[in-house]
Amino acid sequence: MDNIAGHKSSLTWAVHISVVVLVALWLFPTVGLLVSSFRTADQIATSGWWSSLSQQERQNPAIRLEGAEVLDGGLYVIEGALFPGLEAEVSAWGTSSRAPEAYAPGETAELTKGRTVTVDAAGNFRMTAETSQEGARLPRVFTTATTPPEFTLENYRQVLGGGSGTDDMSRAFISTLTVTVPATIIPIVVAAFAAYALAWMDFPGRALLVAFVVGLLVVPLQLALIPLLKLHLGIGIGKGYLGVWLAHTGFGLPLAIYLLRNYMVGLPRDIIENARVDGATEFQIFTKIILPLSFPALASFAIFQFLWTWNDLLVAKVFLIDSTGRTTVMTNQIVELLGTRGGNWEILATAAFVSISVPLVVFFAMQRYLVRGLLAGSVK
Amino acid sequence: MHPALQGVATIVIGVGACLAYFYGSNQFLDRVLFPAKGPNAGRNINRANMVRPWLFLFPALFALCLYLAYPVVETLRLSLTDRNQDGAFVGLANYAQMASEPKFWEAMRNNMLWLIVVPALSTAFGLLAAQLTDRIKWGNIAKSLIFMPMAISFVGASVIWKLVYDARPPGTEQIGVLNALYVWFTGNDPQQWLTVPFWNNFFLMIVLVWIQTGFAMVILSAALRGIPEETIEAAIVDGANPFQIFFKIKVPQIMGTILVVWTTITIVVLKVFDIVYAMTNGQWETQVLANYMFDKLFRANDWGVGSASAMVIMLLVTPILVWNVWNARKEMR
Repeated sequence: MDNIAGHKSSLTWAVHISVVVLVALWLFPTVGLLVSSFRTADQIATSGWWSSLSQQERQNPAIRLEGAEVLDGGLYVIEGALFPGLEAEVSAWGTSSRAPEAYAPGETAELTKGRTVTVDAAGNFRMTAETSQEGARLPRVFTTATTPPEFTLENYRQVLGGGSGTDDMSRAFISTLTVTVPATIIPIVVAAFAAYALAWMDFPGRALLVAFVVGLLVVPLQLALIPLLKLHLGIGIGKGYLGVWLAHTGFGLPLAIYLLRNYMVGLPRDIIENARVDGATEFQIFTKIILPLSFPALASFAIFQFLWTWNDLLVAKVFLIDSTGRTTVMTNQIVELLGTRGGNWEILATAAFVSISVPLVVFFAMQRYLVRGLLAGSVK
Repeated sequence: MHPALQGVATIVIGVGACLAYFYGSNQFLDRVLFPAKGPNAGRNINRANMVRPWLFLFPALFALCLYLAYPVVETLRLSLTDRNQDGAFVGLANYAQMASEPKFWEAMRNNMLWLIVVPALSTAFGLLAAQLTDRIKWGNIAKSLIFMPMAISFVGASVIWKLVYDARPPGTEQIGVLNALYVWFTGNDPQQWLTVPFWNNFFLMIVLVWIQTGFAMVILSAALRGIPEETIEAAIVDGANPFQIFFKIKVPQIMGTILVVWTTITIVVLKVFDIVYAMTNGQWETQVLANYMFDKLFRANDWGVGSASAMVIMLLVTPILVWNVWNARKEMR
């Protein structure tokens, strides 16, 4: 459209480049988290994730020597590799944190108590001692080495059931799922009936009710916290799954009714009138005609509600999580991890990624419906 | 019982109860209460049809009233009473106490900043992204990548951005990209970005802008496509350059949509809680109203002031609420 002669090529290039930059900016933070979740704690702590994909020379954390002792010509010898299974190239090494680059590869360091250590360029070490080192603490070696990129699944093993205490997200994962699925399905069922009544049934006060729903659309749920918590505690529901489902249902209903009603109003009048003439009951019309035809709208709301309940922190904190913490959801556990293990990026990144992976899958699989729902829900 | 099993059982019971109500109540209405046979068949059918809408509406209306309408009234009442004096009416004492707290005014100031910055930036970036991606072949892929943060929870986004803002002691290699760039370009010591008063608010806002831009882009992109071709062609014929076309032809035509996007994001901003809670918890002068309220409710256990601050949020939302209802009424006529 804008391809006025002479302008096209430079402008098109500018557009392409700007979009690339924009996408890169938007993607960069998430990719950082994803890459970090596959790195070990040491790697995360010593280098930026963006350098993890290339070969890099860096100072490694201290490695304590270990291995079997062999008696060789009057000396006790321990040999082994500092980086087993990795192609590393050592450029300097040392035996004390004050001088971590004291020796070049191949040189021999003389330590106390008649011990010597040699490290070669490939990362193999040879330690000799005049007395047996059985039970003794062996020296540590600091290396500056070029190591190839290395990734691990250990973090995921920790987070998905192998870890201890708050590192283990598997229970929270199940809780989140337990909250999410009914909290998505129940409002759909409830709202679909109401939306049908508001769209296709004639009764006094219908317009007023629609306005009421539109008004409730923006009421902040912050207002509902204390009154409803009091109510739940008062009638014996207390804090638990039932309470959180009811709360999510209540908070999700305005959008559900609004979206579904707008969609149902647009369905062809003929079909419904014909069915009525043919003697179908309203219940039959609803279940046999309206519901199947409204599938796109149902799907859009389902995705909204799923994303919202899965990602929710506030409602779960107020209505679900009691003092025992047995029903904690993932978002809450991540916030707790941020507090207690703020520096442990490997656990934090992995936990966060486990929590956002499910919504991301849903998002990419059903993006079409999400976009349709957004358009129906806000452009009016 | 294993939590997963328990979960499945409760799902079945919950959804089953819902369906059973609708089916059962309709059956009851048609078969028992007003059966469509016998001497009064005609009258019964009419009566049943009078009742049925309310049968369909009842669960939804009940939940809406209980979970959204009643709390507005109850919160207003709570904000005027004192929990420690057995719920005695204390007038505006809670509001007065709230107004005397510097933390409240800090939250108000920050909320106003959020209200200006986040909708403005999100809409601007969204408009830019929509306009640019509409003109290229791989635009749809680009769109879905920019849209992706919408699916990420505020908590997840907080972790993602905390990694970006991370600071390591001076002299060591930086693992947060912002500090890495900062040290590399300026040579200064790395900063704890989230603890720098005032500016840290903007670092928190970036997170929400990052999330909301995709939303703005999707809506605005649809609006841009809805612009009649003729208006643009006429502008080209008249010799308008691409920038003039964008700002003078396209933007004015989608002004209504821009306003909708703006207000929708405004509502999100007013309710923003998770990001501040997870990243700074209101320390270092980053408090916002929603987090202030949560603090009052569940840490200080001061329900009066907590309710009062919730009412402030409600008050800020009210103009948008009225505007929405007014628009909806206009449309239905």
